[in-house]
Amino acid sequence: MSTQRAAWTFVTPALLVIGVFFGLPVLAAFVLSLTDFDLYALADLKNLRFIGLTNYFDVLNTPLFWKSLLNTTYFVVVGVPLSIGASLGAALLLNSPLARCKGLFRTALFAPVVTTVVAVAVIWKYLFHTRYGLINYVLGHVGIAPIDWLGDVHYSMPAIILFAVWKNFGYNMIILLAGLQGVPQELYEAAKIDGASAWRAFRHITLPSLRPVLLLVGIITMAGYFQLFAEPYVMTLGNPLQSTYSVLYFMYEEGFTWWSLGRASAIAFLLFALILVATRALLHVARRSGEET
Amino acid sequence: MVSRVPMRRIARVLALALAFAAGGCSQDRSGTTIRFWTIGREGEVVAQLLPEFERAHPGVRVEVQQIPLTAAHEKLLTAFAGDALPDLCQLGNTWVPEFAALGALEPLQPYVDASRIVRSDDYFSGIWDTNVIDGMLYGVPWYVDTRLLFYRTDLLARAGFDHAPRDWDEWRRAMAAIKAERGKDNYAIFLPLNEFEPLLNLALQQPEPLLRDNGTRGNFESAGFRRALAFYVEMFRNGWAPPMSNMQISNVWDEFARGFFSFYITGPWNIGEFKRRVPQLEGKWSTAPLPGFEGHAGGAAGGSSFAIFRSSGNKQAAWELAEYLSAVEQQRRFYQLTGDLPSRRSVWDFPELAQDEYARAFHEQLEHVVPTPKVPEWERIAQEMRLMAERVIRGGVPIDAALRDFDAKTDDILAKRRALLSSKPGS
Repeated sequence: MSTQRAAWTFVTPALLVIGVFFGLPVLAAFVLSLTDFDLYALADLKNLRFIGLTNYFDVLNTPLFWKSLLNTTYFVVVGVPLSIGASLGAALLLNSPLARCKGLFRTALFAPVVTTVVAVAVIWKYLFHTRYGLINYVLGHVGIAPIDWLGDVHYSMPAIILFAVWKNFGYNMIILLAGLQGVPQELYEAAKIDGASAWRAFRHITLPSLRPVLLLVGIITMAGYFQLFAEPYVMTLGNPLQSTYSVLYFMYEEGFTWWSLGRASAIAFLLFALILVATRALLHVARRSGEET
Repeated sequence: MVSRVPMRRIARVLALALAFAAGGCSQDRSGTTIRFWTIGREGEVVAQLLPEFERAHPGVRVEVQQIPLTAAHEKLLTAFAGDALPDLCQLGNTWVPEFAALGALEPLQPYVDASRIVRSDDYFSGIWDTNVIDGMLYGVPWYVDTRLLFYRTDLLARAGFDHAPRDWDEWRRAMAAIKAERGKDNYAIFLPLNEFEPLLNLALQQPEPLLRDNGTRGNFESAGFRRALAFYVEMFRNGWAPPMSNMQISNVWDEFARGFFSFYITGPWNIGEFKRRVPQLEGKWSTAPLPGFEGHAGGAAGGSSFAIFRSSGNKQAAWELAEYLSAVEQQRRFYQLTGDLPSRRSVWDFPELAQDEYARAFHEQLEHVVPTPKVPEWERIAQEMRLMAERVIRGGVPIDAALRDFDAKTDDILAKRRALLSSKPGS
């Protein structure tokens, strides 16, 4: 048996599974997005009509779509750097020679990742409570007036961002920690001999060595954050005044609350296109600044 | 470390496993199981009424599944799409048109005609009517729900009123007086911004219908709805109601007890809840019909019905369960357990209801209830209404613009219904 034939034999079962459980449903979803499937079609399939790209134009003409897109972009633009920054900071702390009980801290800092969103969202709702919450209590001691975290349209998204960053930074922290441990110690020793400060060592040794890992983490986090859904769904239900309404939440409501599956599929494909464009842009920027993918 | 498990051990474990599997499989296949879905607290309570039913019907088991209200709509639709509906369901009567349009419900008129227990003339007519869609009966009312004014008698007395307000003007005066008396950290009334029911009840008091043209267009720019919305917004603008959702307070019972607000528009289940959770308030609160606008009293005809799904394989058994729970005696026991108000007039003659001071106001209002529009899209329109009100109150959108947008959005939601109705001859 030739090498190629052998390779194909080994790969075919996996390709088959991917084809049946991923490729076919995606194709079906695309076909669905070209119809006007809704509650009436659910009742009687004869009510189904093929309407071409009307769903896409309809969605792009819906102000709510653009609002949810704005909210999601706000979340990504603020949340991704914050999350990666927090992960990097935690990884640096764990990697530091001064750290004690590394195992314990690594577990503790990773713990939020493995918690269930619904359970911790309930706790965070109590933390964010305007009158009885711990956060406002602490802020009150520092002299800041109570903030209506989940009721004020200006603070609701920051509350979601805070919650999401807390929940997810542990995951990237582990990846960055592995990356940090791959940086040769001799470089740091050489830098110390040359009289470099800790900050310069960080900028000129750590960051460049971490570039590929940071790119990976960046892409994963950004793609994940564009699909924001669980946090607004359990904490604020998209409110107040739909300020925490994300694109995926919009898709969920259209698809599963009102059963307009045609429109929901169209939104899903639009989101896919958006994430594709964003990640290509990120890769392009990374390549431009001298990184090989 | 290599340990070889002897064959005897493996055989023993296998035998044990098979025994468990066989034990699990040997179910009683001789009887029927009625799958009954309930929404909210009623499911907890109805389980207490079932042993007697199972004794009277040997071989029949009832399996009750409770669904929270926030998830119920989606869960029912998903079950319909996935062909996984139960036999019997507690269905909110505002959802009956939607499920009837889907063709999911079994018409119940033949069952009612053949029944000696369920008599349609014993039910409140407004409530019975909510289950009749296009002339066909799709549900039998279980309990009724209309929103009433719950209020603190002591705080109202302190503000100078010895009875609950009877119309909007008196209500305005009472709220202003309570707010002045309670100060800026407390309020007169609590209208959670994440609920549409208070605004809906005010709107249903108006003479104009909420939808026009056979339920295919919104009628929200009418004088009636505009008046209801203006009154609703006025309560926030004057500082009588806090612009909060009910997730922004600890819980309504504690806050009512603390006097954070003195008026609350809610339903009959809270009679039992207030008695249970804040017993220290005994004698300091009461209920009253919603103050009417210029003599038009009334509110929404809410409540839940028994609905049997067309896909059920146990329709007769499910009907017998519904019939059993609709009997006068069971309705009475159900009221005693939950505080949910019975839909049958004759049950109201029993002393515990006839003499209950809290239930009296409900009895009065139930004779004047109005159903919500019977269109499948109603739930979606109601959610949009809530959002529209929030935009005016929290977002500062002017009322005229908000109503115009809401009418346009409603027309949009009803577009498919318009198209289907116009293509059908003689709708």
